[in-house]
Amino acid sequence: MEALFGKTLNELIALSLELGLPKFTGKQMAEWLYQKDISSIVEMTNLSKKARELLSSKYEFGLTNPIKVQESVDGTKKYLFPTAKGKFIETAMIPDDDRKTVCVSSQVGCKMGCLFCMTGKQGFQGQLTAGEIVNQIRNIPEWHDVTNIVYMGMGEPFDNLEQVLKSLEILTSEWGFAMSPRRITVSTIGIVPGMMTFLNQSEAHLAVSMHTPFDDERQKLMPVQVAYPLQEVIHEIKSWDFGRQRRVSFEYIVFKGLNDSPRHVQELCKILNGIKCRINLIRFHSIPGTPLEGTDENTLQKFKDMLNDKGILTTIRASRGQDIYAACGLLSTKEMLG
Amino acid sequence: MPKAEEYQKNQFQLIPVCVTGNEEISPGVHLISWKREHDFYPGQVVKIAAETNIAPRIYSICSGNDEPEIRVLFNVKEDGLLTPWLAGVVPGTEIWVTKPYGSFYDDKKPAWWIATGTGIAPFYSMFRSGISENKILIHGARQLNQFYFEDELEWAMGDRYVRCCSGEQACNVFPGRITRYLGEIKNLPTDINYYLCGKALMVVEVRDLLISKGVRYENILAEIYF
Repeated sequence: MEALFGKTLNELIALSLELGLPKFTGKQMAEWLYQKDISSIVEMTNLSKKARELLSSKYEFGLTNPIKVQESVDGTKKYLFPTAKGKFIETAMIPDDDRKTVCVSSQVGCKMGCLFCMTGKQGFQGQLTAGEIVNQIRNIPEWHDVTNIVYMGMGEPFDNLEQVLKSLEILTSEWGFAMSPRRITVSTIGIVPGMMTFLNQSEAHLAVSMHTPFDDERQKLMPVQVAYPLQEVIHEIKSWDFGRQRRVSFEYIVFKGLNDSPRHVQELCKILNGIKCRINLIRFHSIPGTPLEGTDENTLQKFKDMLNDKGILTTIRASRGQDIYAACGLLSTKEMLG
Repeated sequence: MPKAEEYQKNQFQLIPVCVTGNEEISPGVHLISWKREHDFYPGQVVKIAAETNIAPRIYSICSGNDEPEIRVLFNVKEDGLLTPWLAGVVPGTEIWVTKPYGSFYDDKKPAWWIATGTGIAPFYSMFRSGISENKILIHGARQLNQFYFEDELEWAMGDRYVRCCSGEQACNVFPGRITRYLGEIKNLPTDINYYLCGKALMVVEVRDLLISKGVRYENILAEIYF
């Protein structure tokens, strides 16, 4: 049966009219779906009994419960959700003082094949619907307290652009979760057409996985470099007016002896010149069968300081949930199901 | 000399070209061509669009770099926006393409080329450009009719051209996937480059396998079709 959860206001209005229900039923449904703590159509008590019966005969509410949860010593939780097509995805909830950030997946597996990422090792198994993306926030116990959302879980968001944009509409609309887009960051490895559409149609922040400023090095880490070279990604970002509120950041996993030298600092300064941005340095979390090593703390700190000294705002992202494989690059349902 | 910004803008700009040929070389697999206006390195890609207001898709060039035409090999995806239309275009139709670009190219040093399906395209371009002498080409497919250009490759490369078929069997074709074929090789050379082209899972599995057999990751270059 088709799910109501994951539909936009326009879609809900359209289906109301199609069923012969008043137009305002669409708005009422949106409030029940995205703003209240119910999980069935029967509980939509301001709809007429007839309307609820009619809806229930054709649709289901559409929430999916996580089937497994793991908790890290640092409080990070990792949820395993089944998808409609019989696959599984992971979602991380990362508490930090008064913030609760949810890291959502946008695809089952991933097509991008980055050398340092566990998700790519399970291949690509399917796209998530907008409902399945938003369900990862709505259907965890902490959903009322979620302050930030990052699209940095399994998959490449801009390889599932339509559903990702739809999920952003549900999260940021007044009729939806009414979240500020400034509390949402979508991360990409640089799928240029999708990135430009996202910049046009959403106000959420953008994060770009860079990992090295040099083309030849990036190509060996990230096959996407062949199709969408970093210079094209940077060129498009430079041409975009991010305004005062919107942020672009670059993600940079620091590998020992590979991308942590003064030469890299120099090149980063060169290619990012003219972009108001920040760099997030990320510790590498080792995965099986990958010959890369994370850089040591001392070098990481020095690398950060060098970039800050050159005027590029640079931070080191805290590693969270490493013991339950919830940290950056470790999400893989191979592990959680195994 | 154009400024760097102008160069980048021009490099990815879509320009109109007239299709000169469109041949279905295997069920659902087409080879489309247009007049070559720019030099390229074999292994490079082009973006193709039906119109400038629709996001282009990326395809490897599948012709030699001194041939008069650029050719591109593509699978028709039934739910795709571009390929069902592209499959139907006739010579004279205008399509939009970028100049060739990309960094997936080889030199004349010994190397292994590993592809599945239409991932053969960049290697066929390299072959047609005359750099196949020191190469081993391994092509994987599910069906025997998916070994595009096999007659020409077999004739020219002989034992250095290996076909792996996971769904059907035939003489001179390894029965199984590429990973099984590579897994059975005792001593893979570890001091040469490996070029991989195809779908993500093949690339990831082959890359892991090569690394487990002692090949350095720096010697593995991959292009993923997505």
